[in-house]
Amino acid sequence: MLARYLKSTELDTRMLGMVLALVLIWIVFHVLSGGLFLTPRNLWNLSVQSSSVAIMSTGMVLVIVTRNIDLSIGSMLGFIGMVMAVVQADLLPKFLGFEHPATWIAALAAGLLLGVILGAFQGALIAYLGIPSFIVTLGGLLVWRGAAWWVTYGQTVAPLDGTFKLMGGGPEGSIGAAWSWTLGVAACAAVVALLAYSRVRRRQFQFPLRPMAAEIFLGGLASLLILGAVAVANAYPWPIGSVRRYAQANHIVLPEGGLFIAHGLAIPVLIAIAVGIAMTFLATRTRFGRYVYAIGGNPEAAELAGINTRWVIVKVFMLMGLLTAISAAISIARLDAATNSEGTLAELLVIAAAVIGGTSLAGGTGTVAGAMLGAVLMQSLQSGMVLLGVDTPLQNIVVGVVLVLAVWLDTAYRRRRA
Amino acid sequence: MEVTRTPLVAMRDISLAFGGIHAVDRVSVDLYAGEVLALLGHNGAGKSSLIKILSGAYSRDSGTIAIRGQEAMIANPRDAKRYGIETIYQTLALADNVDTAANLFLGRELRTCFGTLDDIAMEAEARKVMGRLNPHFQRFKDPVKSLSGGQRQSVAIARAILFNAQILIMDEPTAALGPQETAQVGELIHQLKSQGLGIFLISHDIHDVFELADRVCVMKNGAVVGTARTADVTKDEVLGMIILGKCPSGAAPGPGAMAERDLPAPAPT
Repeated sequence: MLARYLKSTELDTRMLGMVLALVLIWIVFHVLSGGLFLTPRNLWNLSVQSSSVAIMSTGMVLVIVTRNIDLSIGSMLGFIGMVMAVVQADLLPKFLGFEHPATWIAALAAGLLLGVILGAFQGALIAYLGIPSFIVTLGGLLVWRGAAWWVTYGQTVAPLDGTFKLMGGGPEGSIGAAWSWTLGVAACAAVVALLAYSRVRRRQFQFPLRPMAAEIFLGGLASLLILGAVAVANAYPWPIGSVRRYAQANHIVLPEGGLFIAHGLAIPVLIAIAVGIAMTFLATRTRFGRYVYAIGGNPEAAELAGINTRWVIVKVFMLMGLLTAISAAISIARLDAATNSEGTLAELLVIAAAVIGGTSLAGGTGTVAGAMLGAVLMQSLQSGMVLLGVDTPLQNIVVGVVLVLAVWLDTAYRRRRA
Repeated sequence: MEVTRTPLVAMRDISLAFGGIHAVDRVSVDLYAGEVLALLGHNGAGKSSLIKILSGAYSRDSGTIAIRGQEAMIANPRDAKRYGIETIYQTLALADNVDTAANLFLGRELRTCFGTLDDIAMEAEARKVMGRLNPHFQRFKDPVKSLSGGQRQSVAIARAILFNAQILIMDEPTAALGPQETAQVGELIHQLKSQGLGIFLISHDIHDVFELADRVCVMKNGAVVGTARTADVTKDEVLGMIILGKCPSGAAPGPGAMAERDLPAPAPT
């Protein structure tokens, strides 16, 4: 009965399994840490910490789906971060002075452009010269890290532009309670509108429809999750130091019990969500996405169908470069500094997130949402273990074991279904 | 009268070598509108290579291709499709991980006014064309890898006929099919022929060939042994062409035909 009900919603059972695993991990950590994990503060931090890896994992899904890999993104992140930092902290202030309102845009644009160029370069080597992506990006891993060092000869660049820093989150880099609620309600409305639109279209062509109960269940569940997330973010108040500074700046007299200012959703998290939606749209609703999956399923067939497969591969790597640049911006903004070692080993976390999220290294399968969920899952493990005071070496061991275990479970699940 | 008609496809002196091996050696073939030309020969005789040149998958070393008397530039599969050439490959060339509609429209997706994929319209079209080929087919949402061999073959055939092909290339179209589905494909071939399509049919089944084809063209070691109307030759003679390269009197010999002196000497009496 329940099984039939679930089936009627056409939800992906594999995805449900992942969500279940995530909830389980959260509850276990909550109990073990004596109630520290499922708090607004920890969940808010978790969301901010996940966003950088989550953003890159959405691009890695497409890279892996086309039977390629990108090992260079960690180094690329370091290099792009360094360049963006130098642009806003050294280069532009010479002409515009510090804290010019255009600085953050120019720095970000330079970084995004650089990301696309680096990605296009690697993609062209892979697609047109036929060098395996493993080798090209392994070379990139060394080259871009070296390039990052060269920008400032290893010096850390800090501090960054005040507006740019908002991309990293923190009390100022969050949108506050009112905007969070507004956004949450708008998102709920969008979900309902989307469900309704798809129902209308299916009826137009007289395709089988989902039972109305299933539609209401889906819409209700999605709205509940969205509003729940907003409520959690709004339950996390600014730290007392930030409140005091804010009060001073706006000439407010602090009341006796302090002032409750909610964080609301963090800007990096909003960026990650926007990227996730855009990438899901790209992967499932556009020609480009269709070609990416077709190439992954059967490269020869894609070529015979008249798809310009090489150009599609180059575009996939350009996209990966662009997303790496976005992550680089968030990473350095969060740190308020660009260091030479920023992003070290990020490529492995991103690949692990994509693979835990159900992307098959054989190519052809994987979803953006799954990869983002994988990123949150990995980050949950890590922050959970930090809360429990687990030593770093043991953390690495656990993450490694979980990665292998997850892929084994997934393989077993797929084999049983096939 | 046959002689004066412009061939739909005229391939002249086509050659293609892989390393030192002449996969296709100075082959000339004509295909007329409304006829089925069977290409026969052993594995490795060069049929598939010749066909892949026409469909744009391989680029030839030399020779010309004319479509309706006009020289055609075919450098890749996209070019071939522009000339109305559709191919059903022996390997089917399906993207296994996506569904039937996605395969049918691969490379030619229908889009909504926003430029996004119009999956629902594509599925509706898919239901129509699959209904013609395989009325019981219902699994439109499943990736084609989970379909049976026959269903996959119908998807490959449906893709070829979906876009008003003028020239159809069928490389072993019935290899994975049961008797009933094979009969259905035979019927389809007759129907397409009467609509004026030209069809290249590659098959190993001599029985099929005599059933469906108007003419046969036999290849051996990359060259044409001979071309004949199926009415003018017997099955045994065609087998002789395939196995020995011996061109019977009912056929027009090609460069690959065994010369008189190469014929095995009569057994001593």
